[in-house]
Amino acid sequence: MTTTMTPETKLPTELVDGLDDPSPEVEAALEGAAKTKELLIICESGDLEKTWATTILASTAAASGMNVSIFFTFWGFFPLVRPEVRVTGENWMQKMMSIMNRPGVDHLKLSRMNFMGMGPWMMKKLAKKYGVAEPGELLQMAQAMGVKFLPCQMSMDMMGFKREDLIDGLEEPVGAASVLEMIASGTPALFI
Amino acid sequence: MTLEAIAQRVDARGLSCPLPIVRTAIAIKPLASGALVEVLATDPGSTKDFVAWAKTTGNELVESTVEEGVYRFLLRRK
Repeated sequence: MTTTMTPETKLPTELVDGLDDPSPEVEAALEGAAKTKELLIICESGDLEKTWATTILASTAAASGMNVSIFFTFWGFFPLVRPEVRVTGENWMQKMMSIMNRPGVDHLKLSRMNFMGMGPWMMKKLAKKYGVAEPGELLQMAQAMGVKFLPCQMSMDMMGFKREDLIDGLEEPVGAASVLEMIASGTPALFI
Repeated sequence: MTLEAIAQRVDARGLSCPLPIVRTAIAIKPLASGALVEVLATDPGSTKDFVAWAKTTGNELVESTVEEGVYRFLLRRK
């Protein structure tokens, strides 16, 4: 049986009762519940445009007084590598990965229209023209405003990143359980 | 127009999201409660963004005006 909502459709009275006139306690509780003060962003893609979104949201959330953490994992780990480090990894497979996917926040690729680097070059030229800060600048700003950077231990091990390859000011590397604990305790999470 | 002294000015003209908000947040943080901050911006999205930001942070948006494409926001530190 299908039910269509028509203007005549009435909600059961037990659902509607009390909604017109919520008590001050209920109102206060709803007000508090609507205002989250925590945000977790899982930075996974490592794409230029998505890392841009991550850094814009993180810096703005910090500017709005929220406690923000970013978990950097898999391809999303590469932006944490220092700009002067070119090749990372201990074995040939890990080294090859960093050669083919240049680490560092200034060398991210677009997920579409990359055109061997022409796309990002044009995008950054446009950003400059329109006063948009680049992901690297936003990442520094976010860090200065107290955003916590959580490196993924598994990505670090599997891709052979050493602590000295990475930028300063990172938290201790953590795993999935730490991230899930934050989500379980109510922190909203974005997977970007 | 308010006649109270402006404690801090933020010139965000020519800057896009999220810089007007981020710069304002950095500028307002060290000020005393009740202090006024004036922000100038050219990003048309900032009109709505400053209303939202004031709501999230609890700082008060005292004035929001626009003149010849320059948006002016007057904020009072929470």
